[in-house]
Amino acid sequence: MAQKKENVTIHSQEKLAEGIYSMWLHAPEMAEEAKPGQFIAVYTNDRSKLLPRPISICETDKENGRLRIVYRIAGAGTLEFSGYGAGDTLSIMGPLGNGFTLKKKKAFLIGGGIGIPPMLELAKHLECEKYAVLGYRDSATFLADEIGKYAEVVIASEDGSVGTKGNVIDAIREKGLKADVIYACGPTPMLKALKAYAAENGIECWISLEEKMACGIGACLGCVCHTKEVDEHSNVRNKRICKDGPVFLADDVELLSADEQRERIAGGCMCGTADRESSAGVSPDAVENTANRKNTAGVSLDALKNTANRREED
Amino acid sequence: MNTKVNIAGVELKNPVMTCSGTFGSGMEYGEMIDLNKLGAVVTKGIANVPWPGNPTPRVTEVYGGMLNAIGLQGPGVDVFIKRDIPFLKQYDTKIIVNVCGKTKEDYLDVVERLGETDVDMLEINISCPNVKAGALAFGQDPKVAEDITASIKKAAKQPVIMKLSPNVTDISEMAKAVEAGGADAVSLINTITGMKIDIYKRAFALANKTGGMSGPAIKPVAVRMVYQAANAVKIPVIGMGGIMTAEDAMEFILAGATAVAVGTANFVNPNATVEIAAGIEAYMRNCHVEDINELIGAVK
Repeated sequence: MAQKKENVTIHSQEKLAEGIYSMWLHAPEMAEEAKPGQFIAVYTNDRSKLLPRPISICETDKENGRLRIVYRIAGAGTLEFSGYGAGDTLSIMGPLGNGFTLKKKKAFLIGGGIGIPPMLELAKHLECEKYAVLGYRDSATFLADEIGKYAEVVIASEDGSVGTKGNVIDAIREKGLKADVIYACGPTPMLKALKAYAAENGIECWISLEEKMACGIGACLGCVCHTKEVDEHSNVRNKRICKDGPVFLADDVELLSADEQRERIAGGCMCGTADRESSAGVSPDAVENTANRKNTAGVSLDALKNTANRREED
Repeated sequence: MNTKVNIAGVELKNPVMTCSGTFGSGMEYGEMIDLNKLGAVVTKGIANVPWPGNPTPRVTEVYGGMLNAIGLQGPGVDVFIKRDIPFLKQYDTKIIVNVCGKTKEDYLDVVERLGETDVDMLEINISCPNVKAGALAFGQDPKVAEDITASIKKAAKQPVIMKLSPNVTDISEMAKAVEAGGADAVSLINTITGMKIDIYKRAFALANKTGGMSGPAIKPVAVRMVYQAANAVKIPVIGMGGIMTAEDAMEFILAGATAVAVGTANFVNPNATVEIAAGIEAYMRNCHVEDINELIGAVK
């Protein structure tokens, strides 16, 4: 079932911590369909702002047809949302993205800051031994008690005012915790560190990425991330975070700064094996004109369609 | 009531099409709307080889609009022909392929490949502000624009629409130049080059520093340029730039556009194109207009 855009009513809203708000929306179809790790696009009522804000689904209440988002005020759009209460309406589109692939093995659910909310729905759905490792700036924690109903919670705070002083990996090390799979959402430095930690320890690691988005459904190519291999859909080493993600296997993606991306693009190593050869001395243009053609010649329509449908089977 | 319009011998069931780059090849929006209801789908720009596009962030919002610097990421013409054309052929809408390149040879390569396919028209992008080589370089000098138009016309099997940039001193001159080069139609406007600075990070909002501005804030500029272009040339003009509603679309038609394209509005409302097509019909009914063609350029 595809996503849809609809006007929905706010069931309730409360402030969880400074700048952090929790909103329940009445959206029965989306609540029914939503999977842990998916997100919705929330449109402002102020028409001078055009683009929807992508916000993770924190929780669903399928019985009552409700969907919960927990978000941080990050600008004028989310500030507008924070001013609404029960009975007010908002336009939303969703559910969007792929969501987490649920595995039945001992898991770390790792959330950093405003990456914590999707861990609640995930914790509810994962049927296995699980630790939720939650990283906060300070003692203004949120959702820890609720997640604690479904997983053993371990807390880290940057200022040490609660839990382990430091980041989520410091907390894992301090407690000597072990797991076989990681599901993570949070700031890029945290995800980078987890990607490295998972690689060192040979742990399967799923990370949820974010990027500035426009369409939210994979058409505009605004929110891409760099990938290790050439992507079937884009035919370059890029995937769409909104459509192919936001959850990726950490091994499959590369978390690069704008400068690192620029270097990689300029180096001509974006379009597959052909230009990787080019870094060995062949001019990128010559290679692009010949080898890349060959590269793509065998791709069938069906093979490409499969990428788009994969998520519906997850 | 007639909503059909004709561009270079290609009949569109209504004057509503999509803006290149906002709609992919229709696969994603096709899950949410009925593509059969559109006059034409204009695809994302396609080059002879895969293009990786620009670093992220690639998009940012501004008051009443947005900036983008996608950088023409695309899978290359081979994948496009194998995958995207067969997808679009399933629908009863016209297919207009947007073509981009770094050199004249790149453009000709794509145009020749597309000549073997069953697409209806080509839109030549000589106006993207977000790539360093090619593109806009062909769209800011009338002589260069005329020359590349003439070369493309010689190679093309389908009617050729030249997509013009607003980032020029005199849009009439550019429209006349591509008409002299043999263009079958012109489309405008592409995005207006803009910039946004994040004052807290003290950095550019886009990794590319500059981006193309689109959205309702640019509409008056677009209407003005469409009016000027339509009065400068005899070939049809396709108008675009900030169209959010049927009323916006009607402004462009009255200014001289034979057809209109909807871009950024898709991001705000995935159903925008279909609603605008229906809204034009409603306008015609309310204002007792029998034929949309009566209104093209009706405001002098």
